[in-house]
Amino acid sequence: MSENDIPHADVVLQPHGPMLIRGAATVQDEDGVVHPVERPVVAVCRCGKSSRLPWCDSTHKLIPRG
Amino acid sequence: MPEPRGPVSEWVVARLASYRPSALPRPPDTPSTLDDEAIALWTLHELSYQGFEDATELAESDPDVSRTRFRLEATLESRLRERWVRVAPTPAEVPEALEQLAAQDAGPSLADHVRRHADADQVLEMLRQRSIYQLKEADPTTWVVPRLPTRAKAALMELQFDEYGNGNPNRLHAHLFARGLDAVGLCADYGAYVDGALPETLELNNALSMFGLNRRLRGAAMGHLAAFEMSSSIPARKIAQGLDRLGLAGPMSAYYDEHVEADAVHEITAAHAICGTLAEDEPDQAAEIMFGAFTCLDLEGRMAGALLDSWRSAA
Ligand code: FES
Ligand SMILES: [Fe+2]
Ligand SMILES: [Fe+2]
Repeated sequence: MSENDIPHADVVLQPHGPMLIRGAATVQDEDGVVHPVERPVVAVCRCGKSSRLPWCDSTHKLIPRG
Repeated sequence: MPEPRGPVSEWVVARLASYRPSALPRPPDTPSTLDDEAIALWTLHELSYQGFEDATELAESDPDVSRTRFRLEATLESRLRERWVRVAPTPAEVPEALEQLAAQDAGPSLADHVRRHADADQVLEMLRQRSIYQLKEADPTTWVVPRLPTRAKAALMELQFDEYGNGNPNRLHAHLFARGLDAVGLCADYGAYVDGALPETLELNNALSMFGLNRRLRGAAMGHLAAFEMSSSIPARKIAQGLDRLGLAGPMSAYYDEHVEADAVHEITAAHAICGTLAEDEPDQAAEIMFGAFTCLDLEGRMAGALLDSWRSAA
């Protein structure tokens, strides 16, 4: 058995959804503002439609998948 | 303990209060009203959470008490299974099937009503009903941890750690809700509003406790979790907006705000890392996961419908 026999990534790009980041202390947004992270895994918006950028607020689920 | 609502809950309350059970009659074993059976089962399940000051702890292991609990659980489970519109995805299809189920849910929405129309009294009533679960938020799900295979177990612990505040008691979700209740002038004591709980509220709580307490129902418990998380983030934002509209912002809004961001993560973890891997590792759990998810959405819809109906007929 290798040391990590179960695939497990710290950053996951969710299809049609956010980027999940595990173990980050801070995230810098597009304007250079640094946001503290207070949870073990955080979802960063990739659709640009969230009302709480840089975080995902699940608004991506309302976007039709053309 | 709660006020009894019929012969079954009367027996339960009398039995739990009694140190001399031999003086009591046998528990009634004929069907009673939904309301009576729901409050009886809720009371029995609470023995596994915080218990009651006026109940003897010894009742937890009493055969008559257990038999009554299992009989009421069997009735509840068969009712839930009858309502279930069965789908049986392959294990690999489970996350997608959960997403579809949640996306197609057309049940009545309390969040929409709270966002735009509800008055303060209605919001307070919703919070009282919610308090029955939210003051033990995440607890029934924790019982499932030891019953899961490796990948689902690690993922569930990561999610639950967030529900429990990541080690900081000030951020524990049930505690955030208690602070919110306090701030809007409601009582934050555990179980304070159970006598006003609708049968729909109790049924929803009882299903969750039953899924958590029985290893056999672990798939349903995880499906319930996924559906709950998947129908939380967007509604939480609407409820926070409604609270702001009514001038009830503050700690209660902070509770819902926290869920906008937390559950955007949790819903993905629950559908993929928990339910997806559980179904891969234990393929016979795929249908059970869907049963739990359906039950969550169905019972939430029934509770929302009951509240909305009561407000409509009062108007
Ligand atoms: S990715 Fe979720 S709101 Fe943008
Ligand atoms: Fe939570
Ligand atoms: Fe959550």
